[in-house]
Amino acid sequence: MSAENNGAVIRIERVSKIYQTGDITVHALRALSMSVRHGEFVAIMGPSGSGKSTLMNIIGCLDRPTKGRYFLEGVDVSTMGRAALADTRNKRVGFVFQSFNLVPRTSAVENVELPLLYAGVGGVERQRRARAALAEVGLSDRERNMPNQLSGGQQQRVALARALVNNPSIILADEPTGALDTRTSIEVMGIFQRLNTERGLTVIVVTHEPDVARYAGRIVHFRDGRISSDELVTDRSIASEVLRTLPAVTSERDEEE
Amino acid sequence: MNFWAVFKVAARALARNKMRSALTTLGIIIGTSAVIALVSIGQGAQFMVQGQINSFGSNLLFVMPNNTFQAGANINSGGGNSLTVEDVQAMEGELHGIGGASPMVNANTQGVYGNQNWFLRIQGTNEKFTRIRSWPTIRGSFFTDADVFSSARVIVLGKTVADKLFPGEDPVGKTMRVGKLQFKVVGVLKAKGSTFGNDQDDIAVVPYTTVQKKLQQRTILSIGQAMVSATSERGAALAETQIAELLRQRHRIPEGEPDDFRIQNMSDVAAASGQVLRIMTLLLAGIAGISLMVGGIGIMNIMLVSVTERTREIGIRMAVGARPSYIRLQFLTESVVLSLTGGIAGMLIGGAAAAAFAWYFEWPSLVSTLAVTLAFSFSTAIGVFFGYYPAHKAAALDPIEALRYE
Repeated sequence: MSAENNGAVIRIERVSKIYQTGDITVHALRALSMSVRHGEFVAIMGPSGSGKSTLMNIIGCLDRPTKGRYFLEGVDVSTMGRAALADTRNKRVGFVFQSFNLVPRTSAVENVELPLLYAGVGGVERQRRARAALAEVGLSDRERNMPNQLSGGQQQRVALARALVNNPSIILADEPTGALDTRTSIEVMGIFQRLNTERGLTVIVVTHEPDVARYAGRIVHFRDGRISSDELVTDRSIASEVLRTLPAVTSERDEEE
Repeated sequence: MNFWAVFKVAARALARNKMRSALTTLGIIIGTSAVIALVSIGQGAQFMVQGQINSFGSNLLFVMPNNTFQAGANINSGGGNSLTVEDVQAMEGELHGIGGASPMVNANTQGVYGNQNWFLRIQGTNEKFTRIRSWPTIRGSFFTDADVFSSARVIVLGKTVADKLFPGEDPVGKTMRVGKLQFKVVGVLKAKGSTFGNDQDDIAVVPYTTVQKKLQQRTILSIGQAMVSATSERGAALAETQIAELLRQRHRIPEGEPDDFRIQNMSDVAAASGQVLRIMTLLLAGIAGISLMVGGIGIMNIMLVSVTERTREIGIRMAVGARPSYIRLQFLTESVVLSLTGGIAGMLIGGAAAAAFAWYFEWPSLVSTLAVTLAFSFSTAIGVFFGYYPAHKAAALDPIEALRYE
């Protein structure tokens, strides 16, 4: 984990992203600057087309800015080649997607092992760490299950375990609760909160649900490729407390049937 | 990335679509087994023909009359054959490179002993037969120059004939009927073996004079051809030119006129037939190679489908840190596993087919190492060659696009 760079894990300096399709030029990001400190929990909100997905892709090293610079833990990744970007994603970024994106017909533990496989970690160590990550999200008893044998919430927790197994600098979650029911959503947000507070992981969540955003410590609003507001959350929701107020009838077992 | 991990992922991906993988492999199996079987069979045939010619005697030369006509009239007075017994004697008497020479007069007739009978393929030669053909007797002895001189009714039997006419008996000293005449069996030739359905031991040898006078009862004592052995296999070519020179001289053929005889050199025959069989083998291998090629296209086809189907999976793998080169290696490994599995299976099937073929035709099984190495390296090469484009396509995917793919 980085201590340098004034504690900023992410530093974005005047980043623009311009898409050219035929005659039409789309400015997805316009000279955007922002930074995220180590250990922050940031929610990014905004209507579709506001540029938040583009920013996520750049932060996640899936895409490069057209102009401007992006430092991840003090390293300039805006000019890296495809292989170097892949290595950076592998070591520094953990992804969680709305549609879970587990490799089909591949067991939970093997899905979690994937980043370690590409990091060149040996088989025994890989399994040990994958199991530990699954235990952390409370899925020790589902290691051998295939994705289609798991409920949505369980799949998202496997994805979470996969995201954190290689000790990344940041966890990037794109609409992580978009495909989940209310209770499961809160459970998943609870895991994010726990990882953030207990392990000091930097978490960035893109969402369009204000309820979900309130689990974060800071909310950044986007509009037309620019930041329209950036504020700290004063009345932050705590997942474990919210769960206690919910009626205890719903459970994941219902979902499985 | 260690290779074992790559291989495991590839094997699992293939196992997910067992039927599809099996069918794709089938193309390579058919191609490889065809290459191996056909090349092995071709080489077996080549080896067999070579062996047969060698057992016949690759230092053998056959001289045949080639009657030439000029302005409607035969050059030779008498209108008979241009090759005479004297020619044959002159060859042996005057030429150094010659081990032995004999006139050859053939006749076919029925042989009878007791209640057994057998169709005899009779070769009339002189007493030098055993030396010329390097073919000794195992029982009794060969007939002598005196027998030839007196047109004696003596006969030497090949192993097959001896077995058919004298089952369980020693034919030497027995008298048997050849055509309408009584002949005395004086010897039995050593077995040479049967090859290509052509039994060399189905033969009976008698003095050529006996064939001419007793069996053919002709007035003009012509000979069909002459059998000559060179002192060595390598001397055959030299003997050939010597014989030609001698015969032209004896037949008084002026410079520039064509020969009135033909010389067939068994080592030339061996070389020519070897060449024909080699070309045949190459041709067959080429045709089989085309089917291997088609199998490769099948692999490319299925790998392209696989890349499209797994676009999202590729996106996920890239997102969690797989380099493009790793994705390429991953898909290349899959296609090589497919083609190599097919290659190995095809090798076994093709080898078995070649062995069965060899067994059926009774020739030594020659599953050639050349064919095996070729098929093996070729099927790997096909996996790489036809797998490269799909693998490259997979590696070139944009992770964002791939993750969005439905």
